[in-house]
Amino acid sequence: MPASIPPLPAAEPADVREVRELARTWADASGLRGWLTTVDHKRIAKRYVMTAFAFFALGGIDALIMRTQLLRPENQLVGPDRYNQLFTVHGTNMMFLFAVPVMLAMGLYMVPLLVGARNVAFPRLNALGYWVYLFGGILLWVALLSDTGPDTGWFSYVPLSGPEFSPGKRVDVWAQMITFTEISGLISAVEIIVTALKCRAPGMTLGRMPIFVWAMLVTAFMVIPSLSMIATASQMLAMDRLVGTHFFNVAEGGDPLLWQHFFWWFGHPEVYIIFIPATGFISALLPAFTRRPVFGHNAVVLSSIATAFLGFGVWVHHMFATGILQLASSFFTATSIMITIPTAVQIFCWIVTIWTGRLQFTTSFLFILGFFVTFIIGGLTGVMLASVPFDQQVHDSYFVVAHLHYVLLGGGAFPLFAAIYYWFPKWTGRMLSERMGKLHFALWLVGVNLTFFPMHLLGLDGMPRRVYTYPDGMGWTGNNQLATAGAYVIALSVLAFVGNVLWSARRGVRAGDDPWVSDSLEWGTSSPPPPYNFARPPVVQGRAPLWDRTPDAPVVVGLATDRREILVTTAMDAEPDHRHPDPEPTIWPFVAAIAVSVFFIALMFTPWAVVFGSALLFPPLVAWGWPRRPNQAPGVTTPAEGGA
Amino acid sequence: MQGALDAAGPQAAHIARLWWIALGVSAVVYALTMAALFVAVTHRKRAPAVPTIEPAPDAERRGRRWVGAAVGATIVVLFAFLFADLVTTRALAAIERPREMLTVRVTGMQWWWRVEYRDTVSARTVTTANEIHVPVGRPVLLELESGDVIHSIWIPTLHGKRDLVPGQRNVLTVQADRPGIYRGECAEFCGHQHAKMALVVVAEPEAQFRAWYAAQHAEARPPADSLQLAGQQVFMSKACAVCHQIRGTPAGGRVAPDLTHLASRRSLAAGTLPNTRGHLAGWIIDPQSLKPGTRMPANEMRPDELRALLAYLESLR
Repeated sequence: MPASIPPLPAAEPADVREVRELARTWADASGLRGWLTTVDHKRIAKRYVMTAFAFFALGGIDALIMRTQLLRPENQLVGPDRYNQLFTVHGTNMMFLFAVPVMLAMGLYMVPLLVGARNVAFPRLNALGYWVYLFGGILLWVALLSDTGPDTGWFSYVPLSGPEFSPGKRVDVWAQMITFTEISGLISAVEIIVTALKCRAPGMTLGRMPIFVWAMLVTAFMVIPSLSMIATASQMLAMDRLVGTHFFNVAEGGDPLLWQHFFWWFGHPEVYIIFIPATGFISALLPAFTRRPVFGHNAVVLSSIATAFLGFGVWVHHMFATGILQLASSFFTATSIMITIPTAVQIFCWIVTIWTGRLQFTTSFLFILGFFVTFIIGGLTGVMLASVPFDQQVHDSYFVVAHLHYVLLGGGAFPLFAAIYYWFPKWTGRMLSERMGKLHFALWLVGVNLTFFPMHLLGLDGMPRRVYTYPDGMGWTGNNQLATAGAYVIALSVLAFVGNVLWSARRGVRAGDDPWVSDSLEWGTSSPPPPYNFARPPVVQGRAPLWDRTPDAPVVVGLATDRREILVTTAMDAEPDHRHPDPEPTIWPFVAAIAVSVFFIALMFTPWAVVFGSALLFPPLVAWGWPRRPNQAPGVTTPAEGGA
Repeated sequence: MQGALDAAGPQAAHIARLWWIALGVSAVVYALTMAALFVAVTHRKRAPAVPTIEPAPDAERRGRRWVGAAVGATIVVLFAFLFADLVTTRALAAIERPREMLTVRVTGMQWWWRVEYRDTVSARTVTTANEIHVPVGRPVLLELESGDVIHSIWIPTLHGKRDLVPGQRNVLTVQADRPGIYRGECAEFCGHQHAKMALVVVAEPEAQFRAWYAAQHAEARPPADSLQLAGQQVFMSKACAVCHQIRGTPAGGRVAPDLTHLASRRSLAAGTLPNTRGHLAGWIIDPQSLKPGTRMPANEMRPDELRALLAYLESLR
């Protein structure tokens, strides 16, 4: 454990009476009621992360079945119908129910702590977001388990997914599940944007804002246009299917390529919605494990912003085989190649950070090194795919399967695991086992490369993707067997991780408040943090507030302790602006989420769901916003607003 | 083995060359980055154990110079790659420049390929399925259309893939420089039996191609004996004729492969089975167990009917 530097003085302790009152004010109800009514961003985000990992495990089981089916040619384990559902749900699940939500959930947990806030900006809305996400996810998996899972791919190209070629409700399940998760994603984005811009501790100017918070802010700004686009597109698809509109029906003047433009205008930024938070993890973790701030702070932040901009200009490189104009293709080749540059800037800045730092070889740090080793391969194949002629050869082949998994696992999952090993003590007060962690890392590194590296060769050898079987004698069997073996190694590695989490959460070494001696604010409160995060929010004087903290560092005093109150600061300079009441726990977001679910699920069957769904949603929304007098200690009379 | 790197024509060869360049450059970039990371991780640190919030200015300057140089090198490499891409694109465009070309219309269907060589007399259009015959050394223009959903034609040894999009006419020029049989696949997910939607390109010397073409031009042979005649009657009386066409007979269905010269083809059911008597019989009786979800329904018939039908179909050379 890296405790090589002398302990810094703790922040000025708030007095005991104050802390006791804060604990009473911010406490949730006990038991199930507290569970359903909480608006604490940490409880909700923890739930998000755990739910996302549950979906990750389910999607992984999917993948294992698929890999087992492809172990040998003409295998009979699952037929085409099952297989098509499996790969559709695998992709949909991993993108919509795991990767994006887990990254946003990490933001929802960490951003308020990193900026020294007591909660996210709109806590009740945040609760709604989680429930909607959960219900959408359940819809997808219940559909798969009852053999009505969507089967047209996670991209659901029309006309295959249209009413003519996909009768039944399978594609409707897909389209509605998208709507659920996009509502949840949009809510998370709004939370992150407003929390990062308006709830920062005094003194944390934009220039002092941690890189991770920047990354989440940039991500949230990408989420809003891209997820609204896919939610709109999926509703257009649902309307084509339910009420006979013809957005995508070529016989009636619609255009099947319109769908692809919509889909990839969302689908490519989606990759960066996963990747940019991951770069944020790396920037957040490196200081702790190199004992120095990230080299090139501004360059790293600006690179994230540039990546986000360029990320919206590359979608057509998914459509090079559709026969679009040469000139358009050239434009998208150029932008796709250009987007490499900001990523390269970040990677080189991190390498300099490592070069000039004093390293702590923790599991987290190993996962960061694994990121470099794995992700860069995905990045390089990405540059290759930007070329139209080369893309036309390997597009929709296993080469692309290899590429995208190198990018998403290398660029997303490695940093995510690094972040979990790093922040687990903050969440639970206990360390994850380093020994189990290193086993997890070793198996993961081997498993990922063993599974996906051979797929490059399969693609070049002509194996198309999304095939449930392949003929003998194509020369594909050996590489498929390697990939399948790798998938099982990945499964073992995930088992090691899950075992580690379950064991360490109860019996892990106690962490203390700041086990890594880190630089950022979240380590300035106890582990796990109290419901109000900070008794007295800190005042920030630099980029590394815990490292440059002086014994008499100022703190925020004067926030109410007898009612929930947060400090709102100005967006640029984080000057204190006003005190804002924070809403009480309530059941209504949960009830509203049920109404929303009824609305969207019924919409698969009848357009009238718009009418009765809205009617059903109306009462909980009114109750949600209804001003009320909270239960408080006797003698205290403060009106508290309902608010979001 | 028939992959993208095993080029049998100029297009695939250009792309393969681009790949080898990209691979070489990528390998060098990867090796350099990993070397830098390795040195960064292993070299002796002079950094103090207590975190320095403001590191030494000369170290920062060195870092900036290093990052600047690395980013500069990245940009140079990217431009070089862009240049290689441009050269390849131009080379491919040069081959595709319109001139007198053999034109083949390929229509993607769930889950087979209709192949048509159009004649000036439209009634004499040669229609076949899942097999494209091309003369060696000549560019062939494939006109790509879809009969239902989006498909994508991919013959890796000849060229990259091109989508078949409903309501849109795409083209792809291919050229085979050596005789051979090249396998192709549908690359765009098109539903249930996307996995079993293969085709073959048969590249033959000009004379052989002309002979094949002339043979395909002809209408189906009339039954030569009573068994074949009985088979033809089975074909016409069962559901077969609703979907399949046999030129020269009343059977005129267009939703399924044209069977006029069925016996001349190498495979059945879009590359699923070799075209043998046994497979043909199995396919007719129970296609769903061989290619679950295929549009071809099961056909019940007496053994003597089946024998006659097989005899007739096998005569369609």
